[in-house]
Amino acid sequence: MNDPLIIAGKTYSSRLLVGTGKYKDFAETREAVDAAGAEIVTVAIRRTNIGQNPGEESLLDALPPSQYTLLPNTAGCYTAEDAVRTLRLARELLDGHTLVKLEVLGDPSNLYPNMPETLKAAETLVKEGFDVMVYCSDDPIQAKRLEEIGCVAVMPLASIIGSGMGLLNPWNLRLIIDNAKVPVLVDAGVGTASDAAIAMELGCDAVLMNSAIAHARQPVLMASAMKHAVLAGREAYLAGRMPRKLYSAEPSSPTSGMIAPARGG
Amino acid sequence: MPTVLVNGEPTELATPLTVRQLLERLELQGRRVAIERNGDILPRSRYDDTRLAEGDRFEIIIAVGGG
Repeated sequence: MNDPLIIAGKTYSSRLLVGTGKYKDFAETREAVDAAGAEIVTVAIRRTNIGQNPGEESLLDALPPSQYTLLPNTAGCYTAEDAVRTLRLARELLDGHTLVKLEVLGDPSNLYPNMPETLKAAETLVKEGFDVMVYCSDDPIQAKRLEEIGCVAVMPLASIIGSGMGLLNPWNLRLIIDNAKVPVLVDAGVGTASDAAIAMELGCDAVLMNSAIAHARQPVLMASAMKHAVLAGREAYLAGRMPRKLYSAEPSSPTSGMIAPARGG
Repeated sequence: MPTVLVNGEPTELATPLTVRQLLERLELQGRRVAIERNGDILPRSRYDDTRLAEGDRFEIIIAVGGG
């Protein structure tokens, strides 16, 4: 089925984006990314450890930018200023790469997004030519505002980062999806495959996750489960589910031609 | 001799260095890094002709696993 995801004018065949944190090593990271079939992978930007393990393999050796679309994030940033600074460095690191994940956090205990700072950072980044995919609260007004600023995708949380609590407010996500002209991705909160399928059935364009895969007992197997869940959810969304008919049972098999006449049929 | 801050650590230099030479001293040559000098991005094309000066603040970053 030809059903590409288009972000900032670029076409992707996978609707599952994955993070690269919390794996036991780079080999497992790579294996999970490939089992997920992900083309876009998020990375964090951090200071080098000066003087420690020179020559050690780096993440970008395991996930070369020539093979994957790297999505640098601003995880750990609590102000617009820090987020913008981080992404300017990321752009230099990745040779002018402009697709980025903006997240500005508000509270270290729940990692909930700080929307005023997120909006401020988004404005600056869009002006500077970044293609901004933005992590946000599941507030349809804020999501619309981010789209108006020029973000290329809005990424509301399903529940808080790393919680694995699933989609806590599917109706808000629906409001965001119905109003958006840019791709909507559920980012954060997915716990297991059914959560990803539900997000896609709601009409999300894609799902971004990290912990649900990395913290599974078998991360690579869960990555594969997520790939199938996203595909299944997308196909179900496109196919259009049957209407819900409470108390109106209708058999799937013929009601006539029974070997013994059924009462009333 | 100049003392500079590298990722928040005071670093004393025995001789004047270029940024390229600083990376070699830190065994980061050939690694994919990005550098901020005194709050501004220092493009890779400037590593050879940028000399370290007393009090310079450098941030040297890489990509790591993250969600």
